[in-house]
Amino acid sequence: MARENGKNIDYEKIAKSESFRQLSKKKNSFLWTITAIFFILYMLLPVLTSYTKILHQKAVGEITWVWIYSFGLFVMTWGLAHFYVSRANKYDKDAQSIIDEFERGAGQ
Amino acid sequence: MSITSIVMFLAIVAVTLYVTYWASKRTSTATDFYTAGGGLKGWQNGLAISGDYLSAASFLGIAGSVALYGYDGFYYSIGYLVAYLVVLYIVAEPLRNLGKFTLADMITARFDMAKVRGAAALSTIVIVLFYMIAQMVGAGALIQLLFGIPYWVAVLIVGVMMTIYVLFGGMTATSWVQIIKACLLMFGTVIISFLVLLKFDFSIVRMFSEMTTATEAGEAYLNPGLLYTSGINTISTLLALVLGTAGLPHILMRFFTVKDAQTARSSVIWATWIVGLFYVLTIFLGFGAAAFVGKDTIVAANPAGNMAAPLLAEALGGDILFSFVSAVAFATILAVVAGLVLSGASALSHDIYGQIIKKGQITEKQQVIAARIGSLVISVISILLALGAQTLNVAFLVSLAFCIAASANLPVIIYTIYWKRFNSNGAVWAILGGLITALVLVAISPNVWNPEPGKAIFVGTPLVSLTNPAIVSVPVGFICGWLGTVFSKEADYAKYSEVEVRAQTGISVSKVSH
Repeated sequence: MARENGKNIDYEKIAKSESFRQLSKKKNSFLWTITAIFFILYMLLPVLTSYTKILHQKAVGEITWVWIYSFGLFVMTWGLAHFYVSRANKYDKDAQSIIDEFERGAGQ
Repeated sequence: MSITSIVMFLAIVAVTLYVTYWASKRTSTATDFYTAGGGLKGWQNGLAISGDYLSAASFLGIAGSVALYGYDGFYYSIGYLVAYLVVLYIVAEPLRNLGKFTLADMITARFDMAKVRGAAALSTIVIVLFYMIAQMVGAGALIQLLFGIPYWVAVLIVGVMMTIYVLFGGMTATSWVQIIKACLLMFGTVIISFLVLLKFDFSIVRMFSEMTTATEAGEAYLNPGLLYTSGINTISTLLALVLGTAGLPHILMRFFTVKDAQTARSSVIWATWIVGLFYVLTIFLGFGAAAFVGKDTIVAANPAGNMAAPLLAEALGGDILFSFVSAVAFATILAVVAGLVLSGASALSHDIYGQIIKKGQITEKQQVIAARIGSLVISVISILLALGAQTLNVAFLVSLAFCIAASANLPVIIYTIYWKRFNSNGAVWAILGGLITALVLVAISPNVWNPEPGKAIFVGTPLVSLTNPAIVSVPVGFICGWLGTVFSKEADYAKYSEVEVRAQTGISVSKVSH
């Protein structure tokens, strides 16, 4: 079934294949789970600072917990960015094998 | 203005003009103009993203607010950085895989209709203009302060420079101006931070303990509450910051300058480290300014605290460091406004003229001419608006640009990539719903209305107390997209299959196009 970009890729066949459905499900649940986690941890900061005094207490010397929490969000960002890359590299391999599988199936 | 300042200022002008000349010889097609040929490496694009993102508002604004308000000044830094996780996890790779030059290209990869493209181009232009006025007015005021020249001359200098970069060098020149600026900015920030730490014997604990007595706020300086007292406003603003970046047109456009999703990915990693390190260092800049320049001197130079970083440079490193930091601030402004002109021009010339009016029936040569005319139009409009907006409070324009980006662009991006049932009706509703809600809520907010004359644009009682409407307008954008979708029977699952496969695998970008 040719599609309008003229490259003759049967996207529907790939989209419906078992291997693509599995990759899509795995990838999306990873993306949205991590997104929910960092979003909640981030939005918790203004909630805690505005409505409680928990983070106003001193942690190390005069450094209060709010700085530790904030710096923690920086570390979280760097950590999750690298975590994403390591997972995405694996998904790339899966995606490549789906493309290869499709090309063999198409008899090219 | 000292001789050193003039020399450094001219050096920035000379280097960036040379880069533009070099880039102009490499800019002959529309792809060259809008995406630098799509051949940037990950580290190059990562530096360029940082250069595009770290505006004068970040460099001078955040250093100033940390100096004056301690922890509260640092709030924005966190939102600006965490936002890159939304970009990386949700937006960057599908955008690279589906789009060509603009955000509208990516959405119309699924819904190829003029109304969808028109709505997306409209929200891009609105965001670009808000962001641009904020940058230009801020730039004019800043250059006026730094070099002692009149406001209108300062706006014209910035306006002419950005026009030259974009007009002749397109995305190649813009990218390299941004890369050079990012390096200069990091270099300047690291030097000042080093000198501040030197004063505290490289002890972070000692620095914090000295800050409890360095300002009149005492221990409260190290805790939230000096600047932001309304919980709901703080939450709403931080929401706009974290979700807005992933909808900012000039940032999204940067992902079309790399060849594939893997390179888009590595550019975000580079940007996360550079932007993150920069924001950590704003603490040292702010604390240093509070301790070694002092609140009175900072406020006397500029009530908003924008001169804190340059004054700190002067206190620690004399005229040479002051001149260098001022020149860096100038380069910072130029790099951001050039990126804005380019993204505005792409919406005007590629989306509205090339794809809607000419229906894509446009030659390569005509596309480049249209792109150049579009850049000129956006530049001239921006210069005129900036000249007329001198007295406007610019701080709210920046957070408003983030809010509109989060409300009008992010919902439609997410639905286009991830929601099977989504349709063109939903796309238009999502964009216009988010855009109009954000604009209306700002128009009736305390930013625009204040009972005291001179505090806002108009004298009167605001109808809402929210200073940043994101907490309302972002959900409205998502709800409008959903309602618009379910109210229409249109549903093309076959087309979604294509979008899903292309977004996830990049198949038509990397695999088949050779």
